Amino acid sequence: MSEQSGAVIKTANGLLQWVDKRLPVLDFWNAHLAKYYAPKNFNFWYYMGGFALLVLVIQILSGIFLTMHYKPSAAEAFASVEYIMRDVEWGWLIRYMHSTGASFFFIVVYLHMFRSLLYGSHRKPRELLWVFGMLIYLLLMAEAFFGYVLPWGQMSYWGAQVIINLFGAIPMIGEPLTEWIRGDFFISDATINRFFALHVIALPIALLGLVVLHLSALHQTGSNNPDGIEIKENKDEEGIPRDGIPFHPYYTVKDIFGASMFLLVFAFVIFFWPEAGGLFLEHDNFVAADPLVTPEHIKPVWYFTPFYAILKAVPDKLMGVILMGVSVGVLFLLPWLDRSPVKSIRYKGAWYKILVFSFAIAFIRLGMLGMAEGTPAQTIEMRVWTFVYFSFFILLFFLSKGGSTKPVPDRVTH
Amino acid sequence: MSADGVNKERRRFLIATTSAMGAMGAGFAAVPFIKSWFPSARAQAVGAPVEVNVSKIEPGQIVKVQWRGQTIGVLARSDEMLQDLDQVEPELRDPGSEEADQPEYIDTEGRALRPEFLVVNMHCTHLGCIPQVIPQVGPQPFDENWKGGFYCPCHKSKFDLAGRVYKGVPAPTNLRIPPYSFLDDSTLVIGVNPGGMV
Repeated sequence: MSEQSGAVIKTANGLLQWVDKRLPVLDFWNAHLAKYYAPKNFNFWYYMGGFALLVLVIQILSGIFLTMHYKPSAAEAFASVEYIMRDVEWGWLIRYMHSTGASFFFIVVYLHMFRSLLYGSHRKPRELLWVFGMLIYLLLMAEAFFGYVLPWGQMSYWGAQVIINLFGAIPMIGEPLTEWIRGDFFISDATINRFFALHVIALPIALLGLVVLHLSALHQTGSNNPDGIEIKENKDEEGIPRDGIPFHPYYTVKDIFGASMFLLVFAFVIFFWPEAGGLFLEHDNFVAADPLVTPEHIKPVWYFTPFYAILKAVPDKLMGVILMGVSVGVLFLLPWLDRSPVKSIRYKGAWYKILVFSFAIAFIRLGMLGMAEGTPAQTIEMRVWTFVYFSFFILLFFLSKGGSTKPVPDRVTH
Repeated sequence: MSADGVNKERRRFLIATTSAMGAMGAGFAAVPFIKSWFPSARAQAVGAPVEVNVSKIEPGQIVKVQWRGQTIGVLARSDEMLQDLDQVEPELRDPGSEEADQPEYIDTEGRALRPEFLVVNMHCTHLGCIPQVIPQVGPQPFDENWKGGFYCPCHKSKFDLAGRVYKGVPAPTNLRIPPYSFLDDSTLVIGVNPGGMV
């Protein structure tokens, strides 16, 4: 080693120590990365949490730059988005990053949640972790809805009309509540102005706070794994879980590889398929909002359609709204509905596999029906899948306690 | 600092009262923020009556205008359309418009001051979309026995040519009728009751 580089290292070390005396940098590094032990048997599903964090960063960065050109007023919003797309240098890229990011956020989050169902990651002792995750999901839906209103296209306008009027179904306070949300007697300048404030300030701050809570809860209990075994119950003499490996460098390297693969797909969609054939950006939203004409075929963006199908399946306004609310709310209860002594699907009997996969199919099928035209036959099919969707939770509660299981090994498998 | 001689009861009382006062203060401070979301004075002031010339509307044609941010439709109905209204009554949820939101002076039969013109708030009573007007009788993709009426593209609610809701659709009540009156034979005013302002 040359004398010069020795001096550089010495100075860097000195600086680090200076900072560490004043800020717990090393403590943090060790507690959450270098000496944070994660199970060694993670598989593909365990990329999703990291991806979600990555998309959050993409959304915040691209969002900040969009606000520099966007005008949150009923008169100017639509034109300002077109201005970003046509006249702002690289504006189209930043806008497509943001709009594609929204859909990718939900793809990643749905897979992340499904992972929990597979391996029981929401089960004791991770119930709070799941509840924080669900709150993030709820805020994300609100964030996506407000964001979708901002371009002030036909779908923005009529989507907002439908969603806000859902609150009108609440007895007694419904009508004043919708006026309070809109800030007017119809969807107007006041509405878009406040949705902008919520979308760019209030909800992002709340989301970031919840992400901190979600990660804190995760690092308190440690990650679950595909075997659903608590690695902390089997530690060596030094108190390190025998089936754990330090998050850094093992999983940081894995996640960096995953992130580059993710960005490859993400970039491909941005460049070649940003509208995704009307799935990510709906065709009707390229027409400016017109309060006099409802588009012939109105539907929400794909990530809301499963719940929208449940709303459509019920031929009663209040009941439809209630059932749709319950379909999201019941997910909060999952940690307590599954009473099986075993966490992972690997050691549960066929009953759980059938339940989970029929639930997944119901969710996907409802999503497809939610965006369809809605023939009478489709309405009947929506009712069938709505029934399957809710049966999952009821059957899970009753079958899980006595449902068959296989012996769970002491150590994780490969 | 020693904990000797601390009056715990008094400390608990002080903590409780301080917290209660703080919570009340926070409650009062929240009022302006929550109230600021209600329609502003400017939004409430906008709402002048709207005049419509009905002399040029052909039967089956609808003219849409905006009144207080709501889309109001004026549909001209032929005699045949009016005669068909009775036929669909068994299929309606509220044929007598007993639960409907409409002015008292609106006749229950055709739901209009003058039967040839239906003046109706176009927003679907389900979730506020604007239904399409399909006045002609004949099979439609959504209904093989279509008798003419309003069809909401959002959630498939159906209404007859008097804006009365069919059974088995998500919309709970008949389309609303705004206050209106006729100035003369050909001029309709939306937002003014017969004989005075709303």
